[in-house]
Amino acid sequence: MTEQNWKLRQREHENGGTGVTNYIDRNLDRDGVDRRGFLKCMAWAGTGTLCVLQGGVLNSFALTDVLQHKVGKLSGELSFVQISDSHIGFDKDANRDVTATLGEAIAKVNALATPPSFVLHTGDLTHLSKPEEFDTLSESLKSLKTDRIFYVPGEHDVLNDNGAMFHARFGKETQGDGWYSFAQNGAHFIGLVNVLNLKAGGLGNLGSAQLEWLRKDVAGLKSGTPIVVFAHIPLWAVYPQWGWGTDDSEQALAYLRRFGSVTILNGHIHQTMQKVEGNVTFHTACSTAFPQPQPGQAASPGPMKVPVGKLRSVLGITDVNFVRGKHTLGITDSSLA
Amino acid sequence: MKRAAPFAVFTAVLAMTLVVTAGNGQASQSGGKSAAVAGVKIDNFSFAPATLTIAAGTTVTWTNDDDVPHTVVSDDKTTFKSSALDTGDHFSYTFNKSGKYSYFCSVHPRMTAEVVVQ
Repeated sequence: MTEQNWKLRQREHENGGTGVTNYIDRNLDRDGVDRRGFLKCMAWAGTGTLCVLQGGVLNSFALTDVLQHKVGKLSGELSFVQISDSHIGFDKDANRDVTATLGEAIAKVNALATPPSFVLHTGDLTHLSKPEEFDTLSESLKSLKTDRIFYVPGEHDVLNDNGAMFHARFGKETQGDGWYSFAQNGAHFIGLVNVLNLKAGGLGNLGSAQLEWLRKDVAGLKSGTPIVVFAHIPLWAVYPQWGWGTDDSEQALAYLRRFGSVTILNGHIHQTMQKVEGNVTFHTACSTAFPQPQPGQAASPGPMKVPVGKLRSVLGITDVNFVRGKHTLGITDSSLA
Repeated sequence: MKRAAPFAVFTAVLAMTLVVTAGNGQASQSGGKSAAVAGVKIDNFSFAPATLTIAAGTTVTWTNDDDVPHTVVSDDKTTFKSSALDTGDHFSYTFNKSGKYSYFCSVHPRMTAEVVVQ
């Protein structure tokens, strides 16, 4: 099933990378969602579009319109922000000052009309897992106006010590190798770690211990509980050739499919991408450091240089609004410029 | 310090010259006992060459020319294992035993390659 969804995405990228296509392989979902409309919406996600599913009807708003108050304020009972891939320590051509762009992302979060209840960082906090990089990251985040920050590691955070340093700094209240969950405003949040114990030739890895923990963690929840999962590497097969996927995510999704609303927030690929599969919405965030090419559009998924004036338009944050009773969370990506 | 007797010094110099000459002689023969080296370049999320064939006793040096850090880790994660290599960093390992050694980058595990030691 994930392979079929991936083919759908690939077809979009074969259309000159614009992502706009009227061709739909099949209606992959039975929820009555207009697939055509959703595909167009996904194409524009990177440039800032708010896509909100309300009662089976897709409404999309250009982000600039939202920010200029041309549409009604999409208020909710809970809002939080996702930032990702700050890569503190990176200093190559694609961005010579990742600390500065992280600072701009923080300023953007602080300027939101509704302050977020908390912030999620979906990994690759640092570039080389160095202590001074973690120090700079923590220092930068002190200016974030929010009550709590939750973290999951990226592969760049666990380079030499199997994650010991990351765990000591950010994983004190976690289980096993760093997974955990918490409840907020009636929704259940789950932080997963899929960047440890990677095998040769493989993708991201959750592992049997974490999967068993997940099974037990959600077993007692009512199916109407909104679920939000956050992990670094995408939990769907975005582009396996570049390692953009998780080998054993299907088992995790099997435990979650009975829930009416599941949102999965990932990072790792340094661009926004969204996929809907029944009640599950997958969403990846931009990096605050540097962009990466679209699947298959370059020789490798490394840092992508863009013209100097364009960099900030391809970096960004994700604002998520939860309205009780609505089918899915309202996810808004906004760029730094 | 005692002054070395001139004859002793002469003998030592002669001996060293003979050793050096012999060493050079051996190096110029194929399959000689001098240490052989080989290189693997890491760039664009790949190892080049993907299959490196060498003689036993060769020291292989990996160089990371990519924009992101990579590692060099044998599939069993114990035979050889580099720390994270940033751009420009090197890692070396001497293969003394013949066999096929598959390895990968533990940060980007889809990057795989092998060293064949004859």
